[in-house]
Amino acid sequence: MLILQCPCCGVEAEETEFAGGGQAHLTRETVGASEENFEAYLFMRENPKGVHFERWRHANGCGKWFHAARCTVTLEVFGTYSAQTTRPPNEICDKITARRPGWSLKDWGSGKFA
Amino acid sequence: MKRYSAFAIAREASRYHTGWERAWRAPEPKKKYDVVIIGAGGHGLATAFHLGRNHGIRNVAIIEKGWLGGGNTGRNTTIIRSNYLQDPSAAIYEKSRSLYETLSQDINYNVMFSPRGVMMLAQTQHEIRGYLRTAHANALQGVKTEFIGPRRVKELCPIMNIDGPRYPVLGALWQARGGTARHDAVAWGYARACSDMGMDILQQTEVTAIRREGGKVACVTTTRGEIDCDKLGIVVAGHSGVLAEMAGFRLPIESVALQALVSEPIKPCMDVVVMANTVHGYMSQSDKGEMVIGGGTDGYNNYTQRGSFQHIEEPVRALVETFPIISRLKMLRQWGGIVDVTGDRSPILSKTPLENCFINCGWGTGGFKAIPGSGWGMAELMANGHSPLTEAFGLDRFREGRFIDESVAAGVAH
Ligand SMILES: Cc1cc2nc3c(=O)[nH]c(=O)nc-3n(C[C@H](O)[C@H](O)[C@H](O)COP(=O)(O)OP(=O)(O)OC[C@H]3O[C@@H](n4cnc5c(N)ncnc54)[C@H](O)[C@@H]3O)c2cc1C
Ligand SMILES: [Zn+2]
Repeated sequence: MLILQCPCCGVEAEETEFAGGGQAHLTRETVGASEENFEAYLFMRENPKGVHFERWRHANGCGKWFHAARCTVTLEVFGTYSAQTTRPPNEICDKITARRPGWSLKDWGSGKFA
Repeated sequence: MKRYSAFAIAREASRYHTGWERAWRAPEPKKKYDVVIIGAGGHGLATAFHLGRNHGIRNVAIIEKGWLGGGNTGRNTTIIRSNYLQDPSAAIYEKSRSLYETLSQDINYNVMFSPRGVMMLAQTQHEIRGYLRTAHANALQGVKTEFIGPRRVKELCPIMNIDGPRYPVLGALWQARGGTARHDAVAWGYARACSDMGMDILQQTEVTAIRREGGKVACVTTTRGEIDCDKLGIVVAGHSGVLAEMAGFRLPIESVALQALVSEPIKPCMDVVVMANTVHGYMSQSDKGEMVIGGGTDGYNNYTQRGSFQHIEEPVRALVETFPIISRLKMLRQWGGIVDVTGDRSPILSKTPLENCFINCGWGTGGFKAIPGSGWGMAELMANGHSPLTEAFGLDRFREGRFIDESVAAGVAH
C-alpha cells in the first residue's frame, strides 16, 4: 500500500484515496507532429526498473492532479509535486540522488531531460 | 532421455525409485549459439521447443536469471480459453488451446490439461451484449463457444448464487473446451524436451547487456560471461522494458503487479472455471482442492512481485456474494507477478529495430493459455522471418493504428 501526500491540498493518505494516471512529463503532440512523435506520445511509455515520475489524481479527495517521484523496485516515494511543471523540480531530484547516489535526471525519459 | 510411462513407474517402484534421471541438464554456457532466447518462462521455452521440433534449429540456449518457470508462468491461475474477439487473437489462442489438448503426449510430460469448461459470467446488461457479440464472432472464427442462460449456469455450477442481489447472474459465455493445466508442469515439460534436443538451459544467469555489430545483434553479456548468437529472442514478460532498453528500442508497455491467492483445500465442489469480469474476480478449484482466486491489476508501475491489499480484498468480497459457501474459507497463500500490459491488451510478437533480434511480450494478464501457440508462431517468425500466426502482432501496429483491441475480451485479469 503506497502512502502519498497530495501537494494540492496537503492531505497524506493511502493509495486507495488516489488514482494512478500513468507516466508524467509526456510531450503532448498535436496536428503536424511526426508519426514517430505521435506514436511516442500515444503509446510508448517509460517502464523503468527504478526511479519513475508519474501522474496521480487525488480522486477521493480534492480531485486534483499532481505528480509523484517513486521507485518501482522498492515502492519508496521520493516526493510529490505540482502537475503545473514540465520537468521534475530540483529539490525532488536532489532527494532522489540522496537516496540513489549516481542517479541523474538524464537517465529517465529516454534522455528527454539530457 | 528415458520416457515417462506407466511401465516406467512400475519399474522404478520395484527398485526404490533410484533410476529416475534429472529432467534437464545444467550445462556450462558455450561460446556461441545459433539462437539465444532470454527468459525461461513458458513462452521462451515453447519458442525454443518449436525451433527444434518444427525448424530443426537445435543449437539454442535459453538464459534465465532465476529458476525456470519462476516468473509469471509459475504464478498464474492457469485459465485456458480461446474465445477472444478479434480474428488474429482467435487464431493464435485457438491454435494454442488445441496444442494443449495433446501437449502431454507431444512432450511426454503430464501437464494435467483439464478441459473442464470456462464460464465468463454476464452480470450486467452491457456484458450480455458484449458476450453475445463475442459468441457471434467466435462462430465465424470457428471457435466453439456459446452464450448460456442463468438456469444452465446454475446447472453447471450449483454452488453459485445467481440471484444477486447486487450482481445477479444474467447468463454466461461458455467455452466447454477451455479449462486449466498445471502451470509448473508446462514449464518443466518443455524444459525437459528442449534439454533432450541438446539445447542448453542456463539458469541463475542474468542478461545484463546486448551488444550489436553493424546494426545486427552480436552477443549478450551475462553474469556468466559473454555469449555470441546469430539470432536473439527476448521473452521476459514483466522485464521486457528493461531488455528493450538494452537492445536500444522502446515499447508500448507498462509493467504492473497482478495477484492471486488460494484457499485451504476443501472437498470437490466446483468442476468448471468461473470468471466474473464485472467484479474483477475469478475462481476455480485445483486438483488438491484449493480454491484458486484471482483479481485485477494494480494501477501503477511496479517490479516488486507484490501488489496492494485492496486488489485482494475487492475480488474476494465480490466472489463471496456469488459463492456464499466460500465465506468461511481460510486463505492459505497470496502472491503477485509482474505483468507486461500493452495499450490494446494484445501481445507483441515481432521483429525489432535491431536486426536479428525478436521480441515476444505484452501477454500481460493472459498469456498462460497462449504458451504453445505463441511458441509455435514465435519459432516460425525467428526461423523464417514471418509467420501467419504472428503477422498481426507486430510492433509497428501502434504507429499504423492497426490495434487488436481485446480490452473488452480480456478486461479482467486474463
Ligand atoms: C497472478 C497471475 C494470474 C494469471 N492468470 C492467468 C490465467 O489464468 N490465464 C492465463 O492465460 N494467463 C494468466 N496470467 C498471465 C501469464 O502468467 C503470463 O502471461 C505468462 O505466464 C507469461 O509467460 P512468459 O514466459 O512470457 O513470462 P515469465 O514466465 O514471466 O518468464 C519470463 C522469464 O524471464 C526471466 N528474465 C527476466 N529478465 C531476465 C534477464 N535480464 N536475464 C535472464 N532472464 C530474465 C524471468 O526471470 C522469467 O523467468 C496470470 C499472471 C499472473 C501474474
Ligand atoms: Zn488533494
